[in-house]
Formats: sequence, structure tokens, C-alpha cells
Amino acid sequence: MSIEVQHISKHFGTFAALKDVSLNVATGELVALLGPSGSGKTTLLRIISGLEAPDQGSGQILLHDEDVTSRHVGTRRVGFVFQHYALFRHMTVFKNIAFGLQVRPRKLRPARHQIREKVHELLKLVQLDWLADRYPAQLSGGQRQRIALARALAIEPKVLLLDEPFGALDAKTRQELRRWLRRLHSELHVTSVLVTHDQEEALEVADRVVITNAGRIEQIGTPEEVFHHPANEFVMNFVGHVNVFHGRVEGDRAFLGPLEVEYSGQRHATTKPARGLIRPYDIDIETQANGKPGFKATVRHINAAGPQVKIDLTTDSGEPVHVELPHERFQALGLVVGKTVFVNPREINVFVDDERR
Amino acid sequence: MKICFKQRSILPGFGLALGFTLVYLSLIALIPLLGLFLRTAELTWGQFWATVTDMRVLAAYRLSLGASLIAATINLLFGATVAWVLVRYRFPGRRLVDALIDLPFALPTAVAGISLTAIYAETGWIGRYLEPLNIKVAFAPLGVVVALTFIGLPFVVRTLQPVLEDLDPEVEEAAASLGARRGQTVRRVILPELWPVLMTGFALAFARALGEYGSIVFISGNMPMRTEIVPLLIVMKLEQFDYAGATAIAVVMLSMSFILLLAINLLQWWSGQRHCVMQP
Repeated sequence: MSIEVQHISKHFGTFAALKDVSLNVATGELVALLGPSGSGKTTLLRIISGLEAPDQGSGQILLHDEDVTSRHVGTRRVGFVFQHYALFRHMTVFKNIAFGLQVRPRKLRPARHQIREKVHELLKLVQLDWLADRYPAQLSGGQRQRIALARALAIEPKVLLLDEPFGALDAKTRQELRRWLRRLHSELHVTSVLVTHDQEEALEVADRVVITNAGRIEQIGTPEEVFHHPANEFVMNFVGHVNVFHGRVEGDRAFLGPLEVEYSGQRHATTKPARGLIRPYDIDIETQANGKPGFKATVRHINAAGPQVKIDLTTDSGEPVHVELPHERFQALGLVVGKTVFVNPREINVFVDDERR
Repeated sequence: MKICFKQRSILPGFGLALGFTLVYLSLIALIPLLGLFLRTAELTWGQFWATVTDMRVLAAYRLSLGASLIAATINLLFGATVAWVLVRYRFPGRRLVDALIDLPFALPTAVAGISLTAIYAETGWIGRYLEPLNIKVAFAPLGVVVALTFIGLPFVVRTLQPVLEDLDPEVEEAAASLGARRGQTVRRVILPELWPVLMTGFALAFARALGEYGSIVFISGNMPMRTEIVPLLIVMKLEQFDYAGATAIAVVMLSMSFILLLAINLLQWWSGQRHCVMQP
């Protein structure tokens, strides 16, 4: 194991940012910490790095089987990449990258030509070799973040920690850098943890995704697992878009808004409040009622730009429903705004109120 | 050929604002300064030279410039520390300390001079402990330095504070995560960022110290050749209705300060040049 987080808690004043969190990251793995703001993901990353200390006596951090809980950030050999780059403004790109090598004690510091070679090697790695003499102010956001990454890699870190590295970039650059980071990681195989609140980013880049919420870990799994087999309502709601229908569960039946479906989960003796979550692409639209469970709704808005046609509908009781259909299906139905149609969910996840919360 | 000073902007006001600035500066600063030079021009070169190279005057120049430089340097070091503490740490009484900084601004300098003299005199609160150590503050050049340090403090603190507020702690964290020890972070990361504003604070404290009169005349004792400052000599000349002599001393003082401030500005420009580059 490269990173072992064991029973870590962290309070800021009275606010509990992390509540007894444990997490293992295997060597060479790229793990994404995904969660809403304030869920504790950045705090966890900063505690792993040593930039933040966990609560006294709350647990341990192990990097490569070595207890580093009380070690200073500078001696943990972690590469940390900040959301706002945190480059040294008064230094050239070259000096920024060389910094980690130049501040080493004289005995451990590489010779000047070795540093130069190393920096150029890293600049080639991040494909910005031609920017060595520029200052950070002369670079674009994407370039700055790649330099920040090169700077973090210069110290040959045992683990690489990225705190919302693409958060400050525009959508297109973000996507490019995401792919690039994925490729870079498969070349270097350095154990990496990436914090993000962008579920698409987490699902695309990471080997495993850790969903955090209110200082706890909700689910750990591969992108497929968390997307298709969410452990609970929060995960399903947070990862991907959903339609939510409020209702109740009685025995083996679930009554959710306009829907009545079979309920196959754990039986409850009494009627329980419940919610049905349906992905927009797990819904079909018919022009006629066909006997399958479904309900009537009116088309309010159609957006055909994109790989799927996005359709907003409202049920008779006024609840909004969001549906995504393939273009061919949309064409075949001949939908127009104002038309009344029948909506059939193909797959519905029912979550009954949990005693835990 | 028409030279274009400015880009066309949809927001008006450049012409008016610049015109106002020039008129205002002329009235407040330029014309009085010009008068100074004109008054000096009443003297012949011989007279001018004799006035400004008088032994007593030279000694005063030495004291004024020397004490001001020392005081500004002390303020640079300790003012930077005070500003750092005020910006970075939260402690009870922080606001009170913050308000105290402005006191030298508000206090009539004569009052400051008298109280400093009282404290540092041989029988004063602090002076009585310095006396056995053979350190003389009041009525000695050291007293001048102490008074100038007192009045110059707010300049460094107040120029530095807003810049420190903007200084992102993430940059320090980045340095620490790369293995830099605290001293290295301060020397290689923080100080270069603060260098231009430290210079500004230094220049302001220095300029303020050069012009100081009120507090010094009490604490220095005004001993010819030892503790006389330039403004004092100017006042003395004025009292003897030797206006031309007074302005001659002032002109030399002014030129020296101007050259020093210009040098500081150039230094600042040179250090700013290296990283404040516009986006291409």
C-alpha cells in the first residue's frame, strides 16, 4: 500500500471536517476523492500531505508502510498540486521546477548540470520545453498547471496529491488536461490522489473513486461501480443526473409520485418514506399508454444539441421530469413542445429512509 | 506628428483627470519648490558654496541623512515583522495593536519628542537603566534615531499590510511541500515577492524622517556639530531673516533626498521588471 489513512478525524473549531475516515490507496493507483464542497475531501488530501494535522490522537497516516503522522510536510516527499497553481511569480519556469532540488541540503543537492538536465526532462514530460525562461504571468492557466505538476514531480515524490487541479480552467482545457493527466499517470505510475467536485472528471480519470460527504466516505469503488451500483442515495444523486420522486414503501410496493412499482429491497414492517431515483436515460417515452408502469406528462422543452436529445417534461401534478433519448428514438416519436406523452422508467432505484441518518 | 498618449476609451475622464492632476501638483508642490530654487538663485555661487559647505551645515547633513537611513532601516526590519504578525496571526488585542500603529501619524511630533525625551533622559524610565551601561539616548545622536524610528513606523507597516494580505499562503505551502525549510521559504519565496513594497515603505519612512523637525528639537539637545539636524539649521537661518541661506541648505537637502528616492525607485522598478510582465 502506498497510502494508508487509518481512523483520521479532523475538527476546525466545532466543525467536524472528517469523522473517523479510513482509506487505502495501492501503489501506482490513481484515486479520485469526489464530493460536494465542505465534504472534507480537500482536508483529507491536506492531512495526507502534512499541510494539515489530524486531531490529536485520532489516527495514523502511513506512506509506503511508514508512519508519517507526525512528520513535517517537507520530509514526507509528497508532490502537491494546488488549484490556483501556487507558482513562484518572481521565478522563471525553470527556477520554479528546480526549486525543490535547489533547496535540498548541500550534501543531497544534485550538481548544477544534473538539475538542469532534470528540469528539461520534466519540461519535456509536460510538453512545455520551450517555456523554460518565461515567468508564470506569461503562461496560460493550463500551462501554469502543467508547470506546477512538473515542479511537484521534480522531487520524485512518493505520492502525488492534486487538489482540484483543473478547477480554475475553462471547460475545454480541463478536458484536454484530464486526458493528458491520465496518459501521464499510465507512463509514470506514481501513486496519485486527486480531489475534485466534478463527477465527470473523477469518473474519467480515476482508477477508483472515493465519494465523500459530510466528513465521511460514502462509497469506494471503480467508476463503473459507483456509477451503476451506487451504495446509497447520496452517491446515486451525486454521481450523474437523476430524477427524484418522493413517496413511500408499503410491504413489497413502492408508491413514488405518479409511479407504483414493485419494491424488492429489505422489507419494513411499517410504511416508510422513500425516494425513487431514475437516471434520465433510463426513461423511455411512448405516445400511447402501453400497460407498463408509467405516467402521463407534458413536454415542456426540447434540447437536441448533443449526443442525446434532452427533454424536460412535467407530470400532471407538476413534478419536473428530465429525459434523455437517442436521436433516432426522438425522431421516431415526433415529439413537440406541449404534447402529452407516456413516460416509462426502465430502471428505478428505491431508497428507503435510513436509520443511520 | 501627433503623439497618442492614450487608448480611446468609452469611459471618459482621462483628459479632465490628468489636467486636474497637473494643476494640483503645480499649485501644491511644483511652484513652491520652484520658489525655493529662485530664492537660492539670489546668492552668488561663492556665497552658495560657502553656506552649504559650512562645517556646521555639513555635520547636520551627515546626521540628518545618517539618522534617517538608520531609522528607516530599523523600521524596515521591525515594521515588516509587526505587519506580518498583524496580518498572519489572530490574537486578542490585535485591533488595539493595529490602532496603535497609527499613533505616530496622529500625535503632534512635539509631544512625541517631549515624551521620548522624558523616557530616555538620564532619570527617565528607560534612560536610568541605560545610563550605567554608558548608553546615552536623549541629547545624543542616538536620540535622533529613536525619534525618527518612532515617527517612521506606520509608513512601513501600512504599506506592507495590504500586500501581505494578498500574499497567498498556498505559495508558502508549495515551498514547504517541496522540502524548503522555513528560512529558505522566507528568503527565496516571500522576500522576493515583498521586495518592491518593502522598498516603498523604506522610502516613505526615510523621506518622512528627513523632514522631521518637531520631535527632534526636543530630544537631540541641538548641540552644534553633534546633534543639529538640517531642518533645525534652516529654521535658525530663517529666524535670522537669512532666507537665501535657508533655501540654499534646503535645496541641497532636497537634491540629495531626490537622488536617494530616485535610486530606491529605480531599484524597485528593476526588481519589478523581472516578474511583472504583461500577458502576451
